[in-house]
Amino acid sequence: MLLRHTKPEIKERQVLTINPAKTCQPIGAMYASLGIHNCLPHSHGSQGCCAYHRSTLTRHYKEQVLSGTSSFTEGAAVFGGQSNLVQAIDNIFTVYNPDIIAVHTTCLSETIGDDIPQIIGKAKEEGKIPPGKIVIHTNTPSYAGSHVTGFSNMVASMVSYLSEPGEKRASRANIIPGWVDPADIREIKRLLDMMDIDNIMFPDTSGVLDTPLTGKQEYFPAGGTTIQALRATGKSKITIALGPTSSLAAARLLDTKCKVPYEILDLPIGLEATDAFVDTLRRNFHTDVPDEINGERGRLLNMISNMHQYTYNKRVALWGDPDQLVALTQFLVLLNMKPVYIVTGTPGNNFTDRINTVLKGTVPEVKVLQGQGADMYKMHQWIKQEGVDLLIGNTYGKYIARDENTPFIRAGFPILDRVGHQYFPIVGYKGAMRLCEMILNAFLDKKDRECPEESFELVM
Amino acid sequence: MNSEQSINPEDAKQRILAALPVKVARKRSKAIVVNDGSGTVPEITVNSRTTPGMITMRGCAYAGCKGVILGPTRDVLSITHGPIGCGYYSWLTRRNQTRPPTPEDANYMTYSLSTDMQESEIVFGGEKKLAKAIDEAFELFHPKAIAVHATCPVGLIGDDIHRVTKEAQERLGIKVFGFSCEGYKGVSQSAGHHIANNQVFKHMVGTDDTISTSPFQVNLLGEYNIGGDSFVLEELFARCGFNLVSTFCGNSDHDSMCRAHTADLNLVMCHRSINYMADMMETKYGIPWIKVNFIGAAATAKSLRKIAKYFDNAGLMEQTEKVIAEEMTAVVTAQTIYKPRCDGKVCMMFVGGSRSHHYMELFNELGMKTIAAGYEFGHRDDYEGRNVIPSIVVDADSRNIESLKIEPDKARFRPRVTAEQKVKLAADGVDFKEYGGLMRDMPAGTLTIDEPSHHEVVELINIYHPDMFGAGIKEKYAIQKAGVPCLQIHSYDYGGPFAGFEGAINFYKEIDRMVNSRVWSHLNAPWQEQTEIIATFGR
Repeated sequence: MLLRHTKPEIKERQVLTINPAKTCQPIGAMYASLGIHNCLPHSHGSQGCCAYHRSTLTRHYKEQVLSGTSSFTEGAAVFGGQSNLVQAIDNIFTVYNPDIIAVHTTCLSETIGDDIPQIIGKAKEEGKIPPGKIVIHTNTPSYAGSHVTGFSNMVASMVSYLSEPGEKRASRANIIPGWVDPADIREIKRLLDMMDIDNIMFPDTSGVLDTPLTGKQEYFPAGGTTIQALRATGKSKITIALGPTSSLAAARLLDTKCKVPYEILDLPIGLEATDAFVDTLRRNFHTDVPDEINGERGRLLNMISNMHQYTYNKRVALWGDPDQLVALTQFLVLLNMKPVYIVTGTPGNNFTDRINTVLKGTVPEVKVLQGQGADMYKMHQWIKQEGVDLLIGNTYGKYIARDENTPFIRAGFPILDRVGHQYFPIVGYKGAMRLCEMILNAFLDKKDRECPEESFELVM
Repeated sequence: MNSEQSINPEDAKQRILAALPVKVARKRSKAIVVNDGSGTVPEITVNSRTTPGMITMRGCAYAGCKGVILGPTRDVLSITHGPIGCGYYSWLTRRNQTRPPTPEDANYMTYSLSTDMQESEIVFGGEKKLAKAIDEAFELFHPKAIAVHATCPVGLIGDDIHRVTKEAQERLGIKVFGFSCEGYKGVSQSAGHHIANNQVFKHMVGTDDTISTSPFQVNLLGEYNIGGDSFVLEELFARCGFNLVSTFCGNSDHDSMCRAHTADLNLVMCHRSINYMADMMETKYGIPWIKVNFIGAAATAKSLRKIAKYFDNAGLMEQTEKVIAEEMTAVVTAQTIYKPRCDGKVCMMFVGGSRSHHYMELFNELGMKTIAAGYEFGHRDDYEGRNVIPSIVVDADSRNIESLKIEPDKARFRPRVTAEQKVKLAADGVDFKEYGGLMRDMPAGTLTIDEPSHHEVVELINIYHPDMFGAGIKEKYAIQKAGVPCLQIHSYDYGGPFAGFEGAINFYKEIDRMVNSRVWSHLNAPWQEQTEIIATFGR
């Protein structure tokens, strides 16, 4: 057994986290920054943070992930990181020449209390920021929140630094896609295009973390939201923020700063959440939903109804980030599955309420765990007490899946050991079909692998 | 590739430096050396502060300590004291394989334990939380030993992890010790290696005097069992007749490391990460050490012979020769297949603190020339050889890393060879405490570059367009976008093993696969390759 020391008997823990269901803020900020065109993220702290974040993002996307670091040594840790950051800004603009640097902090620079706006001011004063170039920042103390908080903070900083208010409003939606993969962003854009809705997607990591192999090396690939577009977010008609944990802060700020009203929706994962997304667009832009989208929705329903026998009453354990978990849970309920164990390490209000709302009382035995100490070790103990039919979550679930011989589909972050998520979405109706395919094939493969020979079926 | 002969390496160096700010260029020019092949190795400026903003390959002291040195030891329970990230990113991300003897034996490598430090602990201190976390971990796992690893904020807020672990040790009756491996210590992972060496030496080595009665006892230091390398070497040693007391730390367990001081010879694989341990064991217990390299078939044979010679036993020599001969049959067959397919191609490698040197052996066996190489976190001795150690200036960043003062252990010090034997063995090629470094083996006209930034890597590719690149995960896909295959030499791209004879054959196949992959010839679509203009006029 790979997790041989995990026993079903639960001894209460007060402080120790084992096999976490979250990581720290800066990686979320780095990921969000990559969704700005010609942007170099910068990690203000020890260089190990930057190395870890770049490595994890690279392993998930199998793509180049560039970021600067202030490379603190003991001296900087004692006397502050001002000179490191000023020097970094100078070097980055001289050598890499991005349009914008997006600085995020770390537990080290937060603990010593470095004042980033003051340091950016100093760099400007010393002429280290060339004319027309921009440096923005966000605070991402690793000892609060989680990677999702860091993502949310950086997206909010894009608004606070760049969005410009204006009298004239374009008939256009700002779309904050939340922490999803580039393929998901492409799918959301495709739906918007089919509905002919002008939009600014931010951050937009498509074209940055799913680039073609061309034989040419570029520091900054073609994708990402341009600075011009980010400025124009203040003049859009509405903001549609997908996933409250990762997108609400920016949407609210855009409302306060530029009076752009917002609607907050779940991530469009599954039928109902995608319905809500499409319908919100329809209402706000007084447009018809094209037949092509209705067709996709119908094909999803067709698939669900045809294969319903395999999903009915199946018990599921899932872990990951709140926005994904809420939408996934809702979809699983639609499939008549039973999400029984739901775990996120990311703190925040309303998660349990939201889960209970989407469960609609269908799974009275559900156990939900959130925040500090909400970890995969505890979830595994629950599984040991009463097993599940399916696991849904990031790659770290593979150890539980193997020990418990439980089908496992990978969704969320990080996925370090499979391909697919880089290129194929899980959002929208098509994404929901892909989720169905993964779930069904996991069950059917297990049946084929394990059933007695006499029950081995050609047609399933 | 561009014809490497036509490129003047001095011009290449100047081109790499041209885009850098003046001060950075001045510093970097001392870290980029044109090798003249004369045999005299010039001084290179390395192990110095990373220039902020340059996009570095390097990681931190915590990564070097928790990730590298103690990560592969399966039954020492590691707790990361700090915010959640550090424990998360070092959770199963190195490929240190381990094989507990039975399904019941402890294996904690699949667990990531953290105090998940919150704002209140940053303000009021995290010692109480750490003490409680140690107790909770003990309750759940009942390990033989618990190791606590400090992250950046721990040092800043002044948590005394050594007092907390000492009290826990007294309270729980097991070994509990801490590593002050805060990420800002030193200038790279290398600081973490040294910190880890010190604590493992203090708290583990020499704590169990059980002596095995088997002959020819060795420790293998600085072998981390990436992709199963240690398994290959364990088998090879057993066949030759060497008895492995402990490995630091591939496929290792607590008890064997505690008995390491009973061995008669230390074999140093990764010089950078573990030479401290070898030196300390020699001073305290009298165990001599030799540098070995099991990467490359010829290097493996040479290293095995060196070990056999040390023990000066005819039977052992004969058995070792027999094993080498048996293994070389398959190696030679593989070489006849793969060498013609790779011969004449050129590669570059920037990785680790010893690996670039080791892997040159394998590329040489395929007829591939290493035209530029360097390390991420090497010191001058790794580049220029250990003879420069007395002349290395200890700067402020290195001075912050403790150097233990070691005295011979009164009860346990036992010289393994006499001074006369040493001289005789050295004359016979058993060169104790010797390491010649990377640069001596770099051909004339090539470049040695320490810790190139992303910009420098890209420039190198643009100038030389090598057939093959060896680096890490952060560099891999960026390099491949330029149409150059890149092997991760930290993780072997999830393949391997690459050690020993069996590993060499695996490597030949892997390199053949990479340099001859068909995908690289399709970067242009047919219509992008057409030169004639096709147009229709009118309608």
